[in-house]
Amino acid sequence: MSAEVLREFLACRAEGDLLPWSAQCEASERFGRSVAEIEAAALDWELLPGRYRRNRETVSVADQLRLFHSRVGVIGCGGLGGYLIEQLARLGVGTLVLVDPDVFEEHNLNRQLLSSPAHLGRAKVDVARERVAAINPAVTVAPHRTAFSRDNGRELLSGCSAVVDGLDDVLVRRELAAVCRDLGVPLVHGAIAGWYGQVAVQLPGGDLSRLLRPTSSSGKGVETKLGNPSFTPAVIASLQTAELAKILLGRGKLLADRALFVNLLDMDFDEIRHG
Amino acid sequence: MLTIKLFATFQKGRFEAARRECPPGITLGKIVDELGIAREEIGVLLVSGRHAELEHVPAAGDTIAIFPLLGGG
Repeated sequence: MSAEVLREFLACRAEGDLLPWSAQCEASERFGRSVAEIEAAALDWELLPGRYRRNRETVSVADQLRLFHSRVGVIGCGGLGGYLIEQLARLGVGTLVLVDPDVFEEHNLNRQLLSSPAHLGRAKVDVARERVAAINPAVTVAPHRTAFSRDNGRELLSGCSAVVDGLDDVLVRRELAAVCRDLGVPLVHGAIAGWYGQVAVQLPGGDLSRLLRPTSSSGKGVETKLGNPSFTPAVIASLQTAELAKILLGRGKLLADRALFVNLLDMDFDEIRHG
Repeated sequence: MLTIKLFATFQKGRFEAARRECPPGITLGKIVDELGIAREEIGVLLVSGRHAELEHVPAAGDTIAIFPLLGGG
């Protein structure tokens, strides 16, 4: 069936310029195309899938199409990663490349959004793929159950519009930052420990490795003493998602050449220059 | 005279900000050691807003900021 027939079909079922989810599913079935393909077609014709209605004062239809055509690498699917994946999928980023070697363990349950007793022992990337399919089936997920390294990094991140750091090791973070510099892909860094967190952006040509001092041979920081409560990853991942959205949409002022150090215990937000 | 600012866990049992008279030629590493801060716990070390290494010798009037290394995700 031609694109014109599909266009007519969607236009007839649109409410104003909003395309209800039921119509997106009906079109998918009728025309034998994925809901993602229907979403792309609808956005091309300036129809906004109804699920994004509350985005629209912040994210225009053209912006939503840009997000749909974006591919974001999420490296680490634990504390930060779970919130990052949830928010990026709901925002409408079209493709998520998920990288994590681990399975869910009991000590993840205090904070990792995607963890639950039923998922103990299951691969984090598999649970993440199911979660995205459940909340926004128009998002394509490329799961990789592997540990990120300099060796596999280029291949994992190929074609990514931006990358976000959900790792739990400073040394691997340095490798991620190096691969992103080599590829010229923007990176949104985030790290947490106890009540504290930090966020920064590395744009092509920039270098945030001075924030990631290799002082600890274990690759671990003060989180080994402080642990990680439920709210810190949620805060830091949300700040990272805002930076990612701005990178993908070319908006606002980024945390490039500076970092934000967050102290939730005293509610202090300090800026660190690192240019 | 140097101003030393400590962040997050480094404030515990110490201070948020203090002005200290330090002997000329003292390195950041020595200052950190005298504060009882473990070097491997330092994430960011700034001297008057610029990144510096432990071997750096600050000048009179500098402000030193010391942040802990955050590695979790």
